[in-house]
Amino acid sequence: MGAWLWLFLAGLVAALLAGWGRAPWRWRRRIGRIGFACLLLLLILYTVFPFYWAVVSSLRTGSALFSTELWPRDPAWDNYVAIFREQPFATNILNSVLVAVATVAVSLLLAVAAAYALGRVSFRGRLPLLFTVLSVSMFPQIAVLSGMFELVRAFGLYNRLGSLVLSYLVFTLPFSVWVLTSFMRELPKELEEAAIVDGARPVTLVLRIFLPLLAPAMVTTGLLAFIAAWNEFLFALTFTLSAEQRTVPVAIALISGASAYELPWGNIMAASVVVTLPLILLVLVFQRRIVAGLTAGAVKG
Amino acid sequence: MAEVRLEKVWKAFGGNMVIRGVDLTVDPGAFVVFVGPSGCGKSTLLRLIAGLEEVSRGNVWIGGRDVTELPPYERGIAMVFQSYALYPHMTVYDNMAFGLRLAREGRAAVDARVREAARILQIEPLLERKPRQLSGGQRQRVAIGRAITRNPEVFLFDEPLSNLDAALRVQMRIEIARLHRQLGATMIYVTHDQVEAMTLADRIAVLDAGVLRQFAAPLELYHHPADRFVATFIGSPRMNLLPCRAVGEAEGGVMVEIAEGTVLATPTRAEESAEILEIGLRPEHLLCGGGGDAGIAGEILAVERLGGESFVHLSLVGDRTLVAKAPGGIEARPGTVMRIGIPAGAAYLFDRDGRCLPRPAFD
Ligand SMILES: Nc1ncnc2c1ncn2[C@@H]1O[C@H](COP(=O)(O)OP(=O)(O)OP(=O)(O)O)[C@@H](O)[C@H]1O
Ligand SMILES: [Mg+2]
Repeated sequence: MGAWLWLFLAGLVAALLAGWGRAPWRWRRRIGRIGFACLLLLLILYTVFPFYWAVVSSLRTGSALFSTELWPRDPAWDNYVAIFREQPFATNILNSVLVAVATVAVSLLLAVAAAYALGRVSFRGRLPLLFTVLSVSMFPQIAVLSGMFELVRAFGLYNRLGSLVLSYLVFTLPFSVWVLTSFMRELPKELEEAAIVDGARPVTLVLRIFLPLLAPAMVTTGLLAFIAAWNEFLFALTFTLSAEQRTVPVAIALISGASAYELPWGNIMAASVVVTLPLILLVLVFQRRIVAGLTAGAVKG
Repeated sequence: MAEVRLEKVWKAFGGNMVIRGVDLTVDPGAFVVFVGPSGCGKSTLLRLIAGLEEVSRGNVWIGGRDVTELPPYERGIAMVFQSYALYPHMTVYDNMAFGLRLAREGRAAVDARVREAARILQIEPLLERKPRQLSGGQRQRVAIGRAITRNPEVFLFDEPLSNLDAALRVQMRIEIARLHRQLGATMIYVTHDQVEAMTLADRIAVLDAGVLRQFAAPLELYHHPADRFVATFIGSPRMNLLPCRAVGEAEGGVMVEIAEGTVLATPTRAEESAEILEIGLRPEHLLCGGGGDAGIAGEILAVERLGGESFVHLSLVGDRTLVAKAPGGIEARPGTVMRIGIPAGAAYLFDRDGRCLPRPAFD
């Protein structure tokens, strides 16, 4: 039966290829569109299915977890209740939110200031500095880990959320600075000069002229920083000790079952779904801005 | 209304000397236009006055104060940029109010000034719009409005009309002239456009490679250019330059030979020692078909017909070319020979250094 299907498909493709050149333009375009739609469908399936499966698994308990049905027969919320009961998961979420928001705020603030200097003020060593910033983002996390640990200890931040904010800046700052600098350079110089003639001092200039104009870029970089901070695992695992200081990814990884031999997949999946939803929500809320931020530089000309 | 004075101003970018010792005094309430070829330093000079660039040497005075070390907002100037430079995220109203608010003016005062400026420029209906919802001409008005609200002593314009289409340019040009009369402020204006320069200016400053070549009233520049550069720069199409040599004195001036058999008795007086090498003839002074005090013949290369007038391009003996203005309907075909009459008074004579010898005006 399989063989026949393959033969059929091969025939279809052959017919299409043969007829393609002679087919009227209208038909070609229509077929092209259908093909494109199929491709998109495949892509969506490929990317969304893991998440879908997490949702489905989170609604199952016991041996039902191992069934291959596409939708659970009797969906149950037990897992969701369990994750909040068996560990301080609400605290973990709050931690994640605090860390991510603080990371975004601090890195945007520093990045805008740095972008102004790097994009607008010409000083000796501007370019080397810019490339240093970029190269920092290329270090693998593990290479930074022990040095960062010393830094965290020196600041007395071990097992505190501050340690995470500090360490996350290592990877959020470089791309924020880089993106905002290139955006800053796109803004016409005359705009800045007009403001200077109007009496704007540097702080006013940044706050009242550059910030509003950089908003799309800042939303984009801020969101990327948020996602990076929200998902980060290695630093969070290393720099926190107690369950109350953990962020969500670590908390999920450390969810344990009743015995050492049981991995509570249902709980893990439920927890994953809970922490993924805010991200999806954020992206949906800001999606127009994100696209604007990603393309603004390209189309302004 | 304030006087603007540049005192031996030099400006270098890196090792590149862009402004070379410019001395210039703009009278209070005057309208001065900077002209010159692209890259000669017009914008730079304007920005030095604005304070957007620092002078390398020399001083800038505005209204009797030495402002060389002052930032732009303490110089009592307002600037209108070529690209308008409106703040894209603010409404027209906020654009115009921005400077006043930064100066901590009261709410009522800000409102009064913005509305007054909007009334003068007839942009009252646009006050709530964002710049992207405006046409080019409207943006230009807003940019000027933003300058007006600050009630500056000196207005600086850097090619403000160059992004507008021809018809709108004429309209805005007239409007800027009206504005100058109405506000009475000192205005300094950079442009490429000769018509703008000639019609707007009380005085024109001609710059060349960072050097101020001449600073005089428009007609003064036209009739009595200081040198070859100014003579060819002012006037369109540009002045014809032909080599010549002095062959003697006539009563009242020198006689020059332009070509074999063409001797012109000009009314220009010259010292015995002056070495006259070139004669300048403006296309609009030449007489197609002959007449005048001397004549020269050439083969017609091309005829540009603009309707009301035509420009005839001729090739003379010895690889020289000549452009002459003619009536719109002139009979002229490329390839044929035409005779050009030269009135004696039309001649501009240049010596070895390119200086223009003093001459009586000619109409
Ligand atoms: N910030 C700068 N750094 C280095 N060189 C500059 C700078 N600004 C201008 N120049 C140089 O100074 C010279 C004069 O420039 P400027 O902009 O004043 O010319 P301009 O007369 O306004 O020309 P245009 O008519 O094309 O606007 C040019 O050669 C230019 O390359
Ligand atoms: Mg310029």
